[in-house]
Amino acid sequence: MMDWVARLGRGSLDRIAVLGRATVMLAQAIFGRSQVGVSWRLTLAQVHAVGVLSLSIILVSGLFIGMVLALQGYTILVDYGSEQALGQMVALSLARELGPVVTALLFAGRAGSALTAEIGLMKATEQLASLEMIGVDPLRRVIAPRFWAGCISLPILSIIFVAIGCLGGALVGIVWLGVDAGSFWANMQSATDFGADIMNGVIKSIVFGVVVTWIAVFQGYDLEPTAAGIARATTKTVVYASLAVLGLDFFLTAVMFGEL
Amino acid sequence: MYHRSLELTVGVFVLLGALALGFLALEVSGLAPQQADGSYRVSARFENIAGLTARAKVSAAGVTVGRVVGIRYDSGTAAAFVDLEISDRYRDFSKDTTAAILTAGLLGEKYIGLSTGGDPDPLSDGDVIFDTQSAVVLEELIGKFLLNMSAN
Repeated sequence: MMDWVARLGRGSLDRIAVLGRATVMLAQAIFGRSQVGVSWRLTLAQVHAVGVLSLSIILVSGLFIGMVLALQGYTILVDYGSEQALGQMVALSLARELGPVVTALLFAGRAGSALTAEIGLMKATEQLASLEMIGVDPLRRVIAPRFWAGCISLPILSIIFVAIGCLGGALVGIVWLGVDAGSFWANMQSATDFGADIMNGVIKSIVFGVVVTWIAVFQGYDLEPTAAGIARATTKTVVYASLAVLGLDFFLTAVMFGEL
Repeated sequence: MYHRSLELTVGVFVLLGALALGFLALEVSGLAPQQADGSYRVSARFENIAGLTARAKVSAAGVTVGRVVGIRYDSGTAAAFVDLEISDRYRDFSKDTTAAILTAGLLGEKYIGLSTGGDPDPLSDGDVIFDTQSAVVLEELIGKFLLNMSAN
């Protein structure tokens, strides 16, 4: 019994220590002084790696999710004779929920795991330690550009996802299923509010960007520098980031749309 | 040269994001550029507004001329006052304009319909419309119908 309580206590202390280390790492990476020109170029390179290279998966999944939403929505709405509401259904579900959440989940799998593995391998091969030896702070040189790149890229990817999803929905709804184009767009426009729906979606994706990238770079920075350690940390990145995104999404939705 | 192509792809990426946001703003949410002309406010007194919400449309002859900007309850007269914001382009409503709460379709959203009267004086900022027709509450209608049925 006592053993069990002690184990619980040790587990809790470990969790709190991890949270503390993650916060210290983030604070040092963000508030550390660095040469502006150099860090700007490094961030640019990382935006290319995590943002531009994720574009293809975002475009394809956005298009197909929009198309499938229109298809599923149509079969239900047509029973009530209100298939004109298809545009509003597609746009609202994409802008409010699916856009930010699915983009964040894909981003965690496509870019987050890569960030963890890259930083982890740097740590395992003692590149981070060597940087420190020659007087370069690895937090500013390696962690900070990757963190900023993730925070910048995810909202942009999410906006692109929503836009391409709406186009996919329009493609299926108007061209294939024959919903009237005028009422499709007019219903969408009258139901969707730029501030309340689209900007709230963007705010969600900014929050997800910070959280997912933070988890990814921290798991890479904090891992056990072995092959198995890298594997474990990569798994943890995807699992923790996905859970954090889904949990936070419920919370943000409750605050933004639940009139809490 | 490596940096140049890198900068170019990131530039295209950011541009694509901006274009997508523009598309969402203009096509999806129908955010029109703010018109330079202003608007004026009038209130309307209703017995019952059942289901009308702020931001609902105000229309005249089916054309949207403004929006509902506020709804408040006046305990003195036990009525609801609805503030309407009407675009300055539609200045020529008469003083005795009537307002009705209408429903788009059978179960659609509630909106306000204005119909102008014969008074030569135009409606101006701060006026109150008293000649109104309240929202149709389906439950009351069914109740009346049942009452009539049993009376027969």
